[in-house]
Amino acid sequence: MDGVHDLGGMQGFGPVEREENEPAFHAEWEAAVLAMMRAARGRGFFNIDEFRHGVERMAPAHYLRATYYEKWLDGVTRLLLEKGVIGAEELAARRAFFESKPDEPATAALRAPLPPRAAFNPGRIEDVIRQTGAIPRFAPGDPVVTREIHPWGHTRLPRYARGKRGVVHRFHGIHVFPDTNAHGRGEQPQPLYSVRFDARELWGEAAEPNQAVHIDCWESYLRPGA
Amino acid sequence: MGKNHPNVDPYVVSRVRALESLLLEKGILPPDAVDRVIQRYEADTGPMVGARAVARAWTDEAYKRRLLDEPKAALADLGLDYALLMVVENTEAVHNLVVCTLCSCYPWPVLGLPPTWYKMPAYRSRAVSEPRTILREMGLEVAPEREIRVWDSSAEMRYMVLPRRPVGTERLSEAELVPLITRDTLIGVAEVRPSPTPAR
Repeated sequence: MDGVHDLGGMQGFGPVEREENEPAFHAEWEAAVLAMMRAARGRGFFNIDEFRHGVERMAPAHYLRATYYEKWLDGVTRLLLEKGVIGAEELAARRAFFESKPDEPATAALRAPLPPRAAFNPGRIEDVIRQTGAIPRFAPGDPVVTREIHPWGHTRLPRYARGKRGVVHRFHGIHVFPDTNAHGRGEQPQPLYSVRFDARELWGEAAEPNQAVHIDCWESYLRPGA
Repeated sequence: MGKNHPNVDPYVVSRVRALESLLLEKGILPPDAVDRVIQRYEADTGPMVGARAVARAWTDEAYKRRLLDEPKAALADLGLDYALLMVVENTEAVHNLVVCTLCSCYPWPVLGLPPTWYKMPAYRSRAVSEPRTILREMGLEVAPEREIRVWDSSAEMRYMVLPRRPVGTERLSEAELVPLITRDTLIGVAEVRPSPTPAR
C-alpha cells in the first residue's frame, strides 16, 4: 500500500538525532512489547509479513509520531484482534482497568490462574528461503525495469523505486513472497535479486553525485529492461 | 527519554499492560518472558558478532574472502547460524550505507538491537536520497570520488558493512581490534578510528 511507512525519499524530517549511550530499552514496557511480539510470532498467530502489514495499517499521523515499540504494540494488537486471539470487549475492559490503575503490574488484572508455561524464544531468525527449483529469469548484469504498481495490500517495492531502470547485481535465491504471504494467500516463493539503481534514475536532477541504491526485488517486481 | 521520544502516548503503558495481562492469562506470554527479553538484549546489545567477524577479516585474508563470498560459512566459524546476511566492503572507491526505508529491518543477530535513530523517519527517508548530506551531518565526510552505495533492506536479506581498517592499527591483534569496531561503523555512518571512542 502507498502508506506513510514508505518513507524513502520523503523530505522534511530534519536531521538524524542520535542519543548518546542509548539504553537497550527506554522503559520496561518496550521490552514487554518485544516479548509479546516474539511470543505471538512463536505461536504462529501471524507471520512476519502480516506483522509488517499490521504496522503499516496504523493511522498515518499516529505512525509518524509513534515510537518504534508503540508501532509494534499497535500492529500486534490489531493482528491478535483480527485473528480472534483476543476479543475487543475484553481488551477494552483491561485497558479501562489499567487506565485507572496505571502503576499496577500486568498480573493485577488476571481473571484466571496462569496456565502452564509456554515455550518462548526471545530471539528469532526468519526462515524464508525455499528450494523450489525455480529457474531465475534474470542473471547478474541484466538490465531490468521495476513495475509501476500501487497495490492496496502489502508490498516491498518502495514507491521511490517503481517504474525505474536498474541492473541485476546478484541472485539471492528463492524467497517467500511478502505480497501474498501478508494476506493469507500463501508463500508463493520466487527468485529474489539485489538490483542496483543509479541515484539519477531515482531522483533525477536532485540526485547527489556518485551514488547508487541497491534494493532487493522479487522477480515479479521486474520486467526485462532495454 | 531523548529527543527521539517526543510524543509517547500517555496511555501506552496501560495499553501494554492490558494486552500483556490477556496474553499471560491465555498462556501465550510466559510469565518470565519480559525478564528474559531484558536480560538477553541488555547483555547482548552491541555489535558483538559483527565486530568479531570484521576484526578477523582484517587479520586473515582468507577469512575476509569467505565473509564476503560465503557469509553463512564465515559466521558459522563464530558460532552463529545465519543464512541471510550479506557483507559489503568499504574500499577506496566505495562507501556502503545500510537502511530500511519501509520499516526498520536491521541485522539483529550480528549487531544487537538497532539504535532509535535508525528506526526514525529522518534516517529512513533521507539515507536513500541524500546520503552524502546526512553522513556529513552525522560527522562523516565521504570523499567525492568515493561512490556511496546504499543498501535498502527491502527483503529478508540483511546487510553489514565491512569497514576499512584504519591506518595505525597494523600492530594490533584481532582481539585488540574488536573494541575499535563500533555499531555505527558496521551500519556505515562512521569510519573506524585507530583508538576506541565512546559508544554512540
